[in-house]
Amino acid sequence: MALNVTSTYRYVVKPLTFALCALPAVLMTLGLLQATGVLQHSPMDLGTDPVKRLIHACGTTALNLLLITLAVTPVRQITGMNHLVRVRRMLGLFAFFYVLAHFTVYAWLDQGLDIRAIGADIVKRPYITVGMLALLLLIPLAITSTNAMMRRLGRRWQKLHRLVYAITLLGVWHFYWQVKKDIREPLLYFGIFLVLMGWRLWWRQRIKAKSAPATVPERT
Amino acid sequence: MTHRTPRILPSEITSQELFLDRRRVLRSLGLTGVALGSLAALPRTFAANLPPAGGKFDVKRNAALSIADAPNSFQEITSYNNYYEFGTDKSDPAEQSRNFKPLPWTVTVDGEAEVKGRFDFEDILKGETLEERVYRLRCVEAWSMVIPWTGFPLAGLLKRFKPTSKAKYVEFTTLMDPKQMPGQRYRVLEWPYVEGLRIDEAMHPLAFIAVGVYGQALPNQCGAPLRLVTPWKYGFKGIKSIVRIRFTERQPQNSWQIAAPNEYGFYANVNPAVDHPRWSQATERRLGGSLLAKRAATLPFNGYADQVASLYAGMDLRRNF
Repeated sequence: MALNVTSTYRYVVKPLTFALCALPAVLMTLGLLQATGVLQHSPMDLGTDPVKRLIHACGTTALNLLLITLAVTPVRQITGMNHLVRVRRMLGLFAFFYVLAHFTVYAWLDQGLDIRAIGADIVKRPYITVGMLALLLLIPLAITSTNAMMRRLGRRWQKLHRLVYAITLLGVWHFYWQVKKDIREPLLYFGIFLVLMGWRLWWRQRIKAKSAPATVPERT
Repeated sequence: MTHRTPRILPSEITSQELFLDRRRVLRSLGLTGVALGSLAALPRTFAANLPPAGGKFDVKRNAALSIADAPNSFQEITSYNNYYEFGTDKSDPAEQSRNFKPLPWTVTVDGEAEVKGRFDFEDILKGETLEERVYRLRCVEAWSMVIPWTGFPLAGLLKRFKPTSKAKYVEFTTLMDPKQMPGQRYRVLEWPYVEGLRIDEAMHPLAFIAVGVYGQALPNQCGAPLRLVTPWKYGFKGIKSIVRIRFTERQPQNSWQIAAPNEYGFYANVNPAVDHPRWSQATERRLGGSLLAKRAATLPFNGYADQVASLYAGMDLRRNF
């Protein structure tokens, strides 16, 4: 029995994507349980500084998911697999989830919910300011991710959701700014971001060129 | 699994007298290719020896210069290290330093001193009395540990080289060996790593040369076979695997200062009032505590202000960070 695209997504692709996206959270939870002594063993060992490790793991997972989200369109355009767009919302929402977890671990486990210290960090530390901005900008995108909202916003929905380009850039910047010296990893993220954005520009130029009249009348 | 150079007990070979005599004989014959100093011949009452592989140093704790806090576990101290020569990740040093050979080891001493030359690590040790000191370690990244070091005061060692009146600073250099230190294949810092102290800082009783931790010979990832420990300064001042000690008239440039002069200074004294440009230094996370433990307030000079603050009297610590 051949499944059509809708049921393939409903019964296979979406559950699989969900499981893959949730896997880091499961591993981190196991690591956390081990760090607190509840579990003897865990596939993820949070090491000597579990708080920092958790913050970094949430942050990089969020950034990975944002970049994967941005890769959906180029992959669709290259392969013609337009149905891939059906998992994009889930990827984006998981990115938001990990950004929230990233902030929660920082605010709770690292800063002990010291509102004043957190406020001072956000105002005084440019890399935290940038990260906070990215988190805030993600909120309207998460809220407007439902089908109903898509219908209600119509064309404006896509415009609004282009914010994700800026958000991802802020995320990469946030990463780059807090690294002590070894900037190879943030640069790699920035490189991937540039490729994904460059593709979009190139694609738009190509479509423009195609739709332009074959012979442009010369100005006299 | 750790790989260690097989050690032979000194007692199995020759007596110290004979050993020293061999040096003298060789020197008198002009057979030494390198100028080996006469350090071991300098009279010292006590003699420290390396423990046999896997064994422990015979040390007593210097209670007066130790803090009462419970030390971090050996596992914590040896699995979470900043030692960029072996990689920039905290877990890299433990993994990448397995094949590092800390012995045999020589330290070159030069610059403004009367006694100069290349000295065997074991000869350096023979002139020192080892003790244990439990020190706080505050990393510039705002985390901290408590570590029971085995070693000896830096001052005693430096005095053996008879620094001249021109010796205003001491510069230390780490081994440069990209074959053994894979992190040096990428120029994240200018290699080799260099650190420095003002001579009065270096002669301060708290300045310490560690050759062990928890009574065992220093694990490779902690800076084997000998490293500097200056507990009132940020951890990066504690240069590891020292191969050169140079007495200078001018203030040396240290590696992190070269890398980012607006973020890391020469003094690098722990100071909660002077933030790193990108993060606060007011508090620190004590590693090894409960996950829900609150960050601890960072103390001026890492809690050693009573002993060291006078070294910096009259100095603007905001400028000399």
